[in-house]
Amino acid sequence: MAASSTAVWAAEDVEAFVSYTVGGLFFGAAYAIAASGLVLTYTTTRVFNLAHGATSMVMAFVYWQLHVQAKIPTLLAIALVLLVIAPLYALMLERFVMRGLGEAPVSVALVVTVGLFMILVGVAQQFWPADTYRSVDYFFGYNSFSLFGAHVRYHYLITVVVSAVVAGALYVLLNRTRIGTAMRAAVDNRELLELFGASAGRISMLSWVVGSQLAALAGVLLVSYTGLDYFTLTFLVVASFAAAMLGRLTSLPLTYIGAMVLGLAGSYCRGYIHGGPLVQTGLQSSLPTFMLFLTLLFVPQVRLRVGQVKGILAANVPNRSRSAISGLGLIVVCALAASTLNATNLLRFGEGLSYGVIMLSLVLLTGYGGYVSLGQMTFVCVGAAVAAKMDSTSPLVLIYAILIAAAVGAIVALPVLRLTGLYLALATLAFAQLMDNLVFKADWMFGFGVTLHAKRVSLFGYDFSDTAAYDVFIAVVFVIIGLGLLVLRRGAIGRLLIALRDSPAACGTLGLNQRWFRVGVFSVSAGIAGLAGALLAGVHRYVTEADYVPLQSLPILLLAVVAGVTSISGAWLGGMMYMLLLVLQTTYKGAAGFLFLIIGVGAILLARDPNGLVNFFYRGVRRVVPSLPLPRRGQPVAVDVERPVEAQVAGHGVA
Amino acid sequence: MALLDVVGATVKFGGITAVNDATFSVDGGSITGLIGPNGAGKTTLFNVITGLQPATSGRVRFKGRDVTKATVNSRAKMGMARTFQRLEAFGSLTVRENIQAARDIYAGPRGWFSLARDPKIDELIETVGLHRYVDQRADSVPTGVARLLEIARALAIQPDLLLLDEPSSGLDEAETESFGELLVHLASEGRAVLMVEHDMDLVMSVCHLIHVLEFGKVIATGTPDEIRSNKKVQAAYLGFGDDDDMPVPDDIAAEAEAIVGHHVHHIDERPRPGALEFPGAEMQNEITMQIPAVGGER
Repeated sequence: MAASSTAVWAAEDVEAFVSYTVGGLFFGAAYAIAASGLVLTYTTTRVFNLAHGATSMVMAFVYWQLHVQAKIPTLLAIALVLLVIAPLYALMLERFVMRGLGEAPVSVALVVTVGLFMILVGVAQQFWPADTYRSVDYFFGYNSFSLFGAHVRYHYLITVVVSAVVAGALYVLLNRTRIGTAMRAAVDNRELLELFGASAGRISMLSWVVGSQLAALAGVLLVSYTGLDYFTLTFLVVASFAAAMLGRLTSLPLTYIGAMVLGLAGSYCRGYIHGGPLVQTGLQSSLPTFMLFLTLLFVPQVRLRVGQVKGILAANVPNRSRSAISGLGLIVVCALAASTLNATNLLRFGEGLSYGVIMLSLVLLTGYGGYVSLGQMTFVCVGAAVAAKMDSTSPLVLIYAILIAAAVGAIVALPVLRLTGLYLALATLAFAQLMDNLVFKADWMFGFGVTLHAKRVSLFGYDFSDTAAYDVFIAVVFVIIGLGLLVLRRGAIGRLLIALRDSPAACGTLGLNQRWFRVGVFSVSAGIAGLAGALLAGVHRYVTEADYVPLQSLPILLLAVVAGVTSISGAWLGGMMYMLLLVLQTTYKGAAGFLFLIIGVGAILLARDPNGLVNFFYRGVRRVVPSLPLPRRGQPVAVDVERPVEAQVAGHGVA
Repeated sequence: MALLDVVGATVKFGGITAVNDATFSVDGGSITGLIGPNGAGKTTLFNVITGLQPATSGRVRFKGRDVTKATVNSRAKMGMARTFQRLEAFGSLTVRENIQAARDIYAGPRGWFSLARDPKIDELIETVGLHRYVDQRADSVPTGVARLLEIARALAIQPDLLLLDEPSSGLDEAETESFGELLVHLASEGRAVLMVEHDMDLVMSVCHLIHVLEFGKVIATGTPDEIRSNKKVQAAYLGFGDDDDMPVPDDIAAEAEAIVGHHVHHIDERPRPGALEFPGAEMQNEITMQIPAVGGER
């Protein structure tokens, strides 16, 4: 074999090929371990843990703490992480956060795991500040053995062997043990399983423990390669989403194959494709997300499920006159506030208001529609890019920003909106990464570290060069969009959005083309985000790619939920909170992680009541001054799983 | 030509055949009953007709067109509407808004921005008799009312074929009687009704034609009188046998009595398909365990 190859290939070619293959298998094995944990948790609990990669990251930090800092021997440190810390973490997580979450609407489950993601990143930043360089040596250092002339690190070999062992262990667990059989049964039919008396709680605990152990193991194996960093490891494991998706989130063997293909493809890309920085970093780092996006396109259409108990948290909608008065009041308040602020704070206030407009896009999508977008910042960036590229004061800039962002939104949504909310969220995440890597960083767009100029719009000859006036202008835009959303909400579209959340099956059998309806909603939401981007570009009059990193979509989503994603006032509050967050993070650098932590916890606590903080605020004020005409919002009612089916269907519980 | 033709419809869930080569048709302006023991495949058949469940093989023709591959919503647009055995009312909307939402869907995007009041909504509320509940949230009304609401909502898209999945469960005797009148009224308007129903008195009194389903197969078709005297149906429903040592559950006995016209005391121990032996039930998301299959539990 080797001899015949050398006849065609020169020795160094074989050597290169073998070393790329080994590298690919190393990544593939690590992805496979991470992905199988994700799949195991998802199939048994129906919670797709977006924080899976962040778990790997934190566990890698813990491993560093034990192994490098406390000088605990490698094997003991790994045992501590895998057998003590990861299970403890998983049990706490299961008990206090995740239990029962699989029964909640997809949007709630997603927001909660995004919240967990932020908490984990926050914890890492708080406990292991970025001021020192940390790394973990490979197992057996750089020692290697020779294979067809290529040096193969023992670490790589160990990783591949470990992943095979994990595969075997999972096979034994799922096929040869009682609880494993119950876990597999849970995949097929949870309801029936519970009727047969299997304990869903125990299955859920075990699956979280094993899932977290596998995440930790992947972290420990990858950390020597990636180094300790909050996001590299986190996103490397996000690549395992693609593998998991290839296995349709149910099949472990397919997941393994997907992971190996992904690992090898990435490694060969690094080895054989040469080009500019865009190709090198862009293509390589987008490979997993590209695969994720591609896989999502080929996931078969989900069937409409009948008889699901869907939860809904309806926020009452203020009537026309009240919302108009509140809108006017908001503009007046903003104008008064703007007149008292200094130059720096005026810019921040403008930012906050623009973020408020972003939150409005989430009110429509998440608050009313129940869909989660993890890439809203991408559409904001598209809007900002339009403003920068046009570099004009014409109000047409805003119109174009809306239209182009809406069109981009439709392009993302169209292929995946036939799927469920989870797939849409993942597609937006993948798309955001792709856009950032391949479009926004491209030379014809922003390039690396380039600053583009953007002008503020001028209306009727007034150019808004006074920032206070521009802030009031943004406030006016916010109010107009807000009132527009309320009109939609009160009308047929609002009704249909709720109907679609309550029962997609009924909507289908009544003749609603859900795909186009959802694409429409998603597209309008993207358009609003694009408008926000154009406004934001005008605040500072310049745009850089770094201002719109895709990761920002996550805290924005969480703050929207914390502030209250079902209401216009919640969007305003959310925008202000996000602005304050940015200010606080730059002022108190040490507290950056702590702030993430608070937002994450807030999101987890409030995700089940997306009416958010504004609701608490209104409730509090109403208690003090009961006569004030403040909006009332629906109170969430806990689902009673013990209730017989008939009763539950009649009274669609709220989860 | 019949309004709806189901030809050789077969649905397999893994190794289980839920619907087995079912063939029948429904004529315009008629009320057709679809009866059979639990787990016979009635709801699955409804799902096949409306497109929620793709058939493993077989065809569905509606108004002369083959709709086997058509989407759920396009079938609805062609004039098919249904209710659900496990309610699918829009729980967070009021009863009126539920019907309004259906009208919105019927009107299409152009209608969404119209400010005109739709007189059809009040008409439907009147027809079905929901006026007492119009402003209540659909998740707070009694089950029987929610079933009527689903019928009103289905009628809102002006279907030519109305599929009703156990519409009378949750209704009391008086309500069932007026519901029967409603069905007759609907049929008199030229609408076809296909109904899965366990209330045999209702089925026998309003249906023009009855199809009996057992093990996913149509085992008999005929008028109520023909079905009553059909030996195969009696056997299917009751499993008459020699060893009369299993007491008959009351609800089954009542159903059986309505068919055969005399009280049934005992049944044999022949195993019957019940929810426990029927993993396909999960696909329809109906866990019909409360009624043990006839003779199935030991």
